[in-house]
Amino acid sequence: MAHSAYDAVSTAPLAEVEEMELVHPHSFVGKYVWSQDAKVIAIQYAVTATAIGLVALGLSIVMRLQLGFPNTFSLIDPSSYLQAVSMHGMIMVVYLLTALFLGGFGNYLIPLMVGARDMVFPYLNMLSYWVYLAAVLVLVASFFVPGGPTGAGWTLYPPQAVSAGTPGVDGGIILMLVSLGLFIIGFTMGGLNYVVTVLQARTRGMTLMRMPLTVWGIFMATVLALLAFPALFVAALMMLLDRLLGTSFFLPTMLSLGEQSPHAGGSPLLFQHLFWFFGHPEVYIVALPAFGIVSDLIATHARRNIFGYRMMVWAIIAIGALSFVVWAHHMYVSGMHPGFGFLFATTTLIIAVPTAIKVYNWVLTLWRGNIHLTVPMLFAIGFIFTFVNGGLTGLFLGNVTVDVPLSDTYFVVAHFHMVMAVAPIMVIFGAIYHWYPKITGRMFNELGGKVHFWITFVGTYAIYYPMHYLGFQGVPRRYYAYGDTAFISDSVQTLNAFITIAAIVVALAQILFLFNLVWSLRHGEKADPNPWKATTLEWQTPQTPPRHGNWGAKLPVVYRWAYDYGVPGAKDDFIPQNVPPEDVVPADGSGAARA
Amino acid sequence: MTLTLAFLTLLMAGFTGWLVRQSVGVTPWIADSAHAAPIQVPATFTAPRVALVVFLAVVTSVFALTISAYMMRMAASAEWQFLPQPALLWVNSGVLVLASLALQAAWVAAKRQRQLAFGRALGLGAACTIAFLAGQYLLWLQLGDAGYYMSAYIGSAFFVLMSALHGLHLLGGLVALTKVVTRLKQGATLAQTRELVGLCAVYWHYLLFVWIVLFVVLFVGAAPLYAMCRGGAVS
Repeated sequence: MAHSAYDAVSTAPLAEVEEMELVHPHSFVGKYVWSQDAKVIAIQYAVTATAIGLVALGLSIVMRLQLGFPNTFSLIDPSSYLQAVSMHGMIMVVYLLTALFLGGFGNYLIPLMVGARDMVFPYLNMLSYWVYLAAVLVLVASFFVPGGPTGAGWTLYPPQAVSAGTPGVDGGIILMLVSLGLFIIGFTMGGLNYVVTVLQARTRGMTLMRMPLTVWGIFMATVLALLAFPALFVAALMMLLDRLLGTSFFLPTMLSLGEQSPHAGGSPLLFQHLFWFFGHPEVYIVALPAFGIVSDLIATHARRNIFGYRMMVWAIIAIGALSFVVWAHHMYVSGMHPGFGFLFATTTLIIAVPTAIKVYNWVLTLWRGNIHLTVPMLFAIGFIFTFVNGGLTGLFLGNVTVDVPLSDTYFVVAHFHMVMAVAPIMVIFGAIYHWYPKITGRMFNELGGKVHFWITFVGTYAIYYPMHYLGFQGVPRRYYAYGDTAFISDSVQTLNAFITIAAIVVALAQILFLFNLVWSLRHGEKADPNPWKATTLEWQTPQTPPRHGNWGAKLPVVYRWAYDYGVPGAKDDFIPQNVPPEDVVPADGSGAARA
Repeated sequence: MTLTLAFLTLLMAGFTGWLVRQSVGVTPWIADSAHAAPIQVPATFTAPRVALVVFLAVVTSVFALTISAYMMRMAASAEWQFLPQPALLWVNSGVLVLASLALQAAWVAAKRQRQLAFGRALGLGAACTIAFLAGQYLLWLQLGDAGYYMSAYIGSAFFVLMSALHGLHLLGGLVALTKVVTRLKQGATLAQTRELVGLCAVYWHYLLFVWIVLFVVLFVGAAPLYAMCRGGAVS
């Protein structure tokens, strides 16, 4: 209760957050195509990422058809299988997850949640999307060049990525590397915007420690991406020079068809270091926004303040910092110095500590909460289960002695799909359902959402749980077919067929999801401006969906954190961030509530 | 990677120190109007300046990683062919110093409202930068003529890679400079462009610093660096 300070504040000048000059175009093209409105850019990012993500989903079905029913589909040969594996991985990790979390949710939510009118540099923001689109188009073009896209695996390890015999070595790999370069340039433009907007454009009262965890997660992920993507950029550039100009950064002398290659002395291991110096932070570039968003979903739909907010913020920062010193745990079998293995196993296990803190805090937030099993909440709970599952197998693989025998098996596929594919995608679905009413002004079909959740949740477990067993059996990953291999039992084939059927069912369920989104645009019930009774600023906009500029004449003023749910003595079970203490309606209808 | 990690550690330490000040002793769950006061951002921290600092951190990451890769490649090579140091190298470096000084002069002139001096300094800065870029290209040709092909000499390949990255950043700077000129032509006053010129000057000084580091690791200090990389586990 600090009534005395209120008068002092009301006389404080409003000029702190400078009013931005916004471009207000009137043509359709200016509003929706060359738009500088972060919300439109967010939707452009999201639609593009979803479109290319569907391509990657299709590729995964191609792989599964071959694995489940080998020698049935003549269209799938060993080359096209490897190409499907490579493109599926790269698209899903970089072009879908990174772009959707940072370009999509980052653009939509950061300005709204911190109470800004838009990103600080709207023009740069627009440019960021168009460079991203160019990157996607170059990537798509690689499907149509002679030789097709690269089949080097999503990690693009040299020397095989640029050596004769690998699918896509003619044009595919070149376009892949160019596309990655473009993606990183585009991302840097967007990333600068996200960081500077969070630092500079917060509205009055929005101290760092009052920011919703969604903003914290996206902010820290952007910092990681800005510092880690350069490693991939440099590696891609060096490999491009190796491929096009015959340099020997990564390529050693090799014998090919009895002839000695012109390269000499290159170090393939150098590429692995650079790649994973990007690659491991990339896991957290995807995971941190998911952590942030899921914290807000859980608090809102369990009507409880988040347990240990400050610890949650510090865990995000600790995970971010630690993520730069664990990269070589992807390289235990690369032949590097065993001493390094010990060092990186230790750091890997240490990173489990802040991660576990987050999991405990989510569960403790749910504990005795008023849990509403809405569609976003179902996905949030699904995320906790999946993330714990995937995280635990991560502890297995973090140990060198366990990793060495499991490294090239399906156990690894199961682990990273649980932790990095299914867990974040659960959050993405939850987040889309959660913010859909704000973005479109309509409610989605609840039954459709629930059916989508259950098929996806149970279905993905049907896909990835059996893969752990395949891994224990020693079934190697990346193989096109197994033929008659002594140590692979017949039941493996049955299990593979089962996994394929589950994968097809899950993929079909995503069509239901997309149909629900599109159908509800026209036929959905008109949404309340704040259907979930949430506290954060994006639900307090004067219009739904928010117009360009987000707020009316005045920017909102923030008086409290984002988690005032179930405040004792208040009439409603939530108090939005922009409600001053003196305006809180008390439960008994008399006097001011303690808030 | 030691180099990159050292850079990241410094960056993270600064970041964490700043966050500690923002978060220790703060009780976010208590609502009050006092905290609705304007956020205390020092007036010197304007959005473009913060953006430049963040961008320079990204650029530092790019060059730190490239140099890390260079050192790791050295550590993996039993022998290393060192590059010669043509006279043009020193001339180029001198021209870049001049460009940096000229932009500093332009910034000072903008502060003091001296239109003529500003125009001259800006012109000189841009001309020197273009001359530097042309000189770097000539250097590539010279090394090629002398037989130091990228495909045969890994040192040469690293020089081309690093100088190309550095040159591209300078080209980006030139784009920003043209923005200053367009704004002036559109009728902006010196005072209005002062901020932008200042940012350009800082950017140029930074790229000069990067070039000096590259100069040392690629040419002047290449031999001791190689000995160090081969001698220890430093990479």
